[in-house]
Amino acid sequence: MASQPKRAPRPGLVLDVDRSTPPVLFHHGEGFRLEKLPPERSRIIYPAEPLPGLADPDGAIRDALANPTGDSEPLHALLFAGMKLTIAFDDISLPLPSMQKPDIRQRIIEAVLDLAAAAGVDDVHLIAALALHRRMTEPELRHAVGDRVYDAFAPQGSLYNHDAEDPDGMVILGQTPHGEDVQISKRAAESDLVVYVNINIVSMDGGWKSTATGLSGYQALKHHHNPETMRNTKSMMDKDNSELHRSNWRQGKVLKDSDLKIFQIETTINNNTFGHDGPMSVLQKREWEWSPRDRASFLAMQTGLKAMSGRARRNVFQSWKAPYEMTSVQAGEVEAVHDKTIENVYKQHLVPVEGQTDIMTMGLPYICPYNVNSIMNPILVMCLGLGYFFNMYKGRPLVREGGVLIMSHPTPWEFHPVHHPSYIDFFEQVLTETKDPSEMSEKYEKQFAEDEWYRHLYRTSYAYHGVHPFYMWYWGAHALEHLGQVIIVGGDTRSVRRLGFRPASTLNDALEMATDVVGPQPTITHYHNPPILMADVT
Amino acid sequence: MTFELKRPQIKKPLAKLPFPLRAPSTPLSVEPLPADENTGANYDTEWARSPGARAFRGALTTAVMKPAMTMLASPTVKGLDRLDSLDGPAIFAANHHSHLDTPLLITTIPEPWRSELVVGGAADYFFSSRAKGAVAALTLAAFPVERDSTGRKTVDLAAEMLDEGWSILIYPEGGRSPDGWGQPFRRGAAYLSKRCDVPVVPIHVEGTGRILRKGRKLPNPSTSKITFGAPVKANEGERTASLSERLEASVAELADEATTDWWTARQRAHAGTTPPMHGPNAGAWRRVWALDQDRRNKPKRTWPRL
Repeated sequence: MASQPKRAPRPGLVLDVDRSTPPVLFHHGEGFRLEKLPPERSRIIYPAEPLPGLADPDGAIRDALANPTGDSEPLHALLFAGMKLTIAFDDISLPLPSMQKPDIRQRIIEAVLDLAAAAGVDDVHLIAALALHRRMTEPELRHAVGDRVYDAFAPQGSLYNHDAEDPDGMVILGQTPHGEDVQISKRAAESDLVVYVNINIVSMDGGWKSTATGLSGYQALKHHHNPETMRNTKSMMDKDNSELHRSNWRQGKVLKDSDLKIFQIETTINNNTFGHDGPMSVLQKREWEWSPRDRASFLAMQTGLKAMSGRARRNVFQSWKAPYEMTSVQAGEVEAVHDKTIENVYKQHLVPVEGQTDIMTMGLPYICPYNVNSIMNPILVMCLGLGYFFNMYKGRPLVREGGVLIMSHPTPWEFHPVHHPSYIDFFEQVLTETKDPSEMSEKYEKQFAEDEWYRHLYRTSYAYHGVHPFYMWYWGAHALEHLGQVIIVGGDTRSVRRLGFRPASTLNDALEMATDVVGPQPTITHYHNPPILMADVT
Repeated sequence: MTFELKRPQIKKPLAKLPFPLRAPSTPLSVEPLPADENTGANYDTEWARSPGARAFRGALTTAVMKPAMTMLASPTVKGLDRLDSLDGPAIFAANHHSHLDTPLLITTIPEPWRSELVVGGAADYFFSSRAKGAVAALTLAAFPVERDSTGRKTVDLAAEMLDEGWSILIYPEGGRSPDGWGQPFRRGAAYLSKRCDVPVVPIHVEGTGRILRKGRKLPNPSTSKITFGAPVKANEGERTASLSERLEASVAELADEATTDWWTARQRAHAGTTPPMHGPNAGAWRRVWALDQDRRNKPKRTWPRL
């Protein structure tokens, strides 16, 4: 168990910057910047400190399975000999960064399999519910489900990655009243019970998004992964104001009304991303509380990183396993479970913020959901900043309409050739012509989505689906429409310009450039993330 | 023509370094973090009383501290015979001039008390960080004492150690003398003595202020004199305040004895004319002047010129 600080965790904080405020940490890819924000008109939003994890996570899991939430029987009552059981679980994109062993999925899957064994269930399949993400490698699967489960099921071919392009492996279960197709893995559809094992790192995850998206394919996803839906998703982290979730929930209702029985298990984790002690712990401390040891480790880290090659830096960061702890587990009926999950996620993430700002600043870290053990290419930089971080709000966006977003990231012109082949073509062919999500959707999406080569790489190699870079761009559609300008500090100038954003060498330059859009003496809000926080803007 | 007088500024070379090379300042609107729970009076020193730490300290005392004190302070020790009747743990209470007092007393207090001796150190000074606390605990067997108030934690810990057979070296003045004169005694030593029914040994240290007074960084080798007094214990029904006054008087008599002789000191003690340790009630310069009076009046050479 990770070590805990002796005092109670403090809630998030909105700090008004004054002259005594030390320079603030900006993540900058596989590095960091310390930036001084203008006093008297800047504020910094700090995340809450990590909530304590459950003292007995295995006990809590067993308890959740035996005492389900909502209209559901206990798991053991749903299991019987001769049944077809499918256990689906979240893929490599969760949590971020990967967590220290044992992964939550391992704990839960072992608990579920114990009950299944007791009930005499022989036909069990385990599926990594990755939708159109890349397939997980053996070490990644082993890390997620544990060696015991992997060795028991993978050799027989009953532990595998979801294949949304398998012509014989997908079925259409129906259509929503809005004409949205509901597509799902055939194995799941034919099962007597689907147990979904989730890790909720942000409030966007879970609910019907688990099964209706994770086990689905392009034919269903295109109904909500599109520019129009994403523009009306305000935000994707606030289910009640998210068109994306409304669409998912409609698809979920079709699943619910079919014969498919789903037992949803959702978990929440704290935001102990970098640990309470150890070399990275300084990254989740407030700057004025950095002890001499923190400062020394930060300086050592900076010096060491500068001396490394880009690849070595990436390897160092990607090898970090977060000491996340489970803060809650709930199981049973999908919607009732998800409501509880959201409540628990918000307990950790929500920070009340009064009013919007002219300029929002953020430092983008080395990782996003789509570059685990991979490269954060420029499209993913856009997706992380405008898709994820911009949308980490409830109520209103942190930055006012027509305001400026300043992000810090090196934005290298670099792509992982195995993981992101369609991204390379998207960057060269599509972005050179248009940055408009609707235009690219109409003109290019189908071509990329149905490209046989991309399909082949998705199914047999470890490539994201051909359509995936479009989805990344759509993810930022709401921000693109809302913002007056986007500036990237310290990024590769050519990459930044290709994205349609403005490059700046320093934060001061960026702030100066931003005044052309928002006027002189603008208000500035720095979003101090990660660890994750979500602004509740009133 | 007018002259502008510039206020001399204290140079802080580290202040000009950028963060994180220098310590961060705290924004005005936030409460600083409470002190680390394992610092100050909360610092746990139990590990420093383990056999390993004691063995290390024993070697340090013999190999380093003793020669260093001989070289720096050339101590003359008197009154050790007064400890003959002492049996079991005791509280050693001394006046305090210098950081040298502790190593000097550790190397002077005889066995069997020396090897089972712990030293009360200011919680806000010696235990302000874990690193400082660890050094103080390991090398001096120090334990944290709150200076501002006698916290229950300090007293309970000290009482527990006395019960376990440890002796305690404590400075009832609460800190080093700021100007060379003594300071009023606080009652902690007397209270502990009464509570644990343990005698207090008054000690007078003379000369360490000349070697390394408060505020100096480098020692100036000189001579020192340590005088042990007869153990003091509370009489039947005696109050803590009264015991503390007796203890302070004992140390003042030892001071008198160190600067005159035993007989003169005894006579003045009975006549109630022992010179007070805390000096004249006057301005700062006059106190310093009075402190140095004896030395100025002394003939510089006491042996004939040949």
